[in-house]
Amino acid sequence: METLISSLRITVATMAICVGGYSAAVWAVGQAITPDTAEASIITRQDGTVIGSRQVAQAFTSPQYFWPRPSAVDYNGAGAGGSNKSPTSTDLTERAAATVTAYGATPENPLPAELAAASGGGLDPHISERAALYQVPRIAQARNMPAQQLEKLIGEKAFAPGGVFTADKIVNVLEINLALDNVPVR
Amino acid sequence: MTQAILFVFFILGGTALLSWPLGRYMHWAMDPANGQGNPNGFTRLFQNIGGSLTRPEQDWKRYVVSLLGFNTVLFVVCFAILALQQYLPLNPDAKGAIEGSLNFNTTASFVANTNLQHYSGEVVMSYFSQLAALMWLQFVSAAVGLAALAALARGLAGRKLGNFFVDVQRATFLVLLPAAFIVAILLLTTGVPMTFNGSVIATTLEGVQQTIARGPVAAFVSIKQLGTNGGGFFGPNSTHPLENPTFWSNVVQTVSIIIIPMACVWMFGRIIGRMKHAAVLFTVMLILMGARIAGAITFESVPTQAFTGLPITQDVGNLEGKELRFGASAGPLWAVVTTSTSNGSVNAMHDSLNPLTGMMPMIGMWLNEDFGGVGVGMVNMFMYIIVGVFIAGMMIGRTPEYLGWRVEAKEVKFAMMGLLSHGFFILVGTAIFAVTPWGAATLNNIGPHGFSEILYEFSSSAANNGSGFEGLGDNTVAWNIATGLVMLFARFIPIILPLAIVGSLSAKRRATESAGTLSVEDGTFAGMLTATVIIVGALTFFPAATLGPIAEHVTFMK
Repeated sequence: METLISSLRITVATMAICVGGYSAAVWAVGQAITPDTAEASIITRQDGTVIGSRQVAQAFTSPQYFWPRPSAVDYNGAGAGGSNKSPTSTDLTERAAATVTAYGATPENPLPAELAAASGGGLDPHISERAALYQVPRIAQARNMPAQQLEKLIGEKAFAPGGVFTADKIVNVLEINLALDNVPVR
Repeated sequence: MTQAILFVFFILGGTALLSWPLGRYMHWAMDPANGQGNPNGFTRLFQNIGGSLTRPEQDWKRYVVSLLGFNTVLFVVCFAILALQQYLPLNPDAKGAIEGSLNFNTTASFVANTNLQHYSGEVVMSYFSQLAALMWLQFVSAAVGLAALAALARGLAGRKLGNFFVDVQRATFLVLLPAAFIVAILLLTTGVPMTFNGSVIATTLEGVQQTIARGPVAAFVSIKQLGTNGGGFFGPNSTHPLENPTFWSNVVQTVSIIIIPMACVWMFGRIIGRMKHAAVLFTVMLILMGARIAGAITFESVPTQAFTGLPITQDVGNLEGKELRFGASAGPLWAVVTTSTSNGSVNAMHDSLNPLTGMMPMIGMWLNEDFGGVGVGMVNMFMYIIVGVFIAGMMIGRTPEYLGWRVEAKEVKFAMMGLLSHGFFILVGTAIFAVTPWGAATLNNIGPHGFSEILYEFSSSAANNGSGFEGLGDNTVAWNIATGLVMLFARFIPIILPLAIVGSLSAKRRATESAGTLSVEDGTFAGMLTATVIIVGALTFFPAATLGPIAEHVTFMK
């Protein structure tokens, strides 16, 4: 009985401090120092409609946009997940073959592997710099735009996520597509 | 590859350095003034919170009874909150009721510091359930492990074990709470969300509707990592860009996974007053973990086998189930670290790792002691030490001793029971589910990889890890009940037995160590302990590994 009472008293104390106090404090600091990312980096048009989140991949299938990596959950932001297929699985081979067709990749112009592999959460907002460059001919044609201009844009948007620790630069797909469309956002 | 190696040394070296001052602090927090003198202000405060039962020093039996009683209350409270979530506040996305067996599994999982998740957080849980039930247990279940280690160390130092109810509050309020607050702030600065607003419905550039789930993520993720809990706010855990948005959030989280388990070794050394011994243990653990990290990074640099023959470049490692922002070695490094420590969060999908890479996390869970979960990792290592000391004593024909305590048949029996129960749960569970529809009907991959999915699930449950080969369709009544029970047994058996060993040891007269005593501070002891871990721990599972990852590698990887 005493064990129960002590346990309950500690339950109340930990609940109040570690759940109530701690969550409120972290929330307050977030609102003060990182109000944008604390709300999940939502991008809004001038008229208030929401385009998406800077941090979350969304689907792009039209030729005039950069395409993100494949998503096992079709870019479902409310139920994320990976394919969970073994790298030896023939299911993966079939999926990759479809991706190869979509990009029109050939043995002379092979698809960068990161564009064939789905991310863990299915919402990876980035592609590698070379994966962006790989898509330039298609986008240039669809937009009737010089390839150099696209390459310049990629150069501006590409960044090394971990400085000296990461060799390969990456590009945020939604951000570069917003720049392509020149969408005014808040 | 140079960057990959640089990154690993940066993370491991940096964390090892930080663990030293943290171990010192944790010693102050958990065992002020080595139990001598008057209780300090914090102790008195915790006695006032906890009531009359917090004042007497406890022997091992009372300590265990208090621990189990407390955990029973945790279980009931969490189960009740999850069962009633649709009637409770902070539910902006109107999450509905949770099915009974899933509730049992989830509650057992979070009480047992496992965080195996047969649900997706953003689909099933309200914000209130996430915070008041799950995040709450991420604090107090980790505190239970830290309390158990403090008690074990005090017993080995020849003292009373202390008081469970005071220890658990010390661990919660003095160790985990400040650490969690600091890490949560760091995560906020890297862009992790912390909001109580519900999900957003966006209209994408191409005009499609996309619902984006969010929530109070930063607070949750911080203690998820520090307490070796590992349960994600979102289904795909730290692969989700809102749970782990940048390279640097990934660095903060990787360090947070391993720092308290590392510091536990130093805290143990300080309480028993043997820092050289602690340094030997730390080195053994670091070598065992380092070997798996090297293995994982090597195996994972092999391109995705499924893409051979297609016009796809073969110049990067396996990227299926990985995020680009973390860099090339972050996935395999995390996979090993998270399973070395019984954390179980993931930043890459383990189901999609190359076969031999996927075996490295499994080995980590089979050994479960380098560095192991908060508190309990070192407690697991203690069982290996008892067995190792006993074998060494037999080999040289001397009475086995550990820290001056005579190790005899009773203690070795308890330690072996603890170690063998781990193998029993994993291998018997896997065998049953592999031959029945309970397991066979829930697989996402065929052949040896399907077997690996079952083996991984039971390894993860028995190691109180919580990661998974997540393709497995594990939200069934059979999986929920079986893994729920395994998690609970595998949590409390390896806490009760070591405390019983200490109770039995400390009832004897302590011998003074002499030149004839086998030293626990030199390379011979380190070698003996490593051999014991590998022979007793790893070889038990070698046949199962042959049927799963090794068979898959040999059959399919060209």
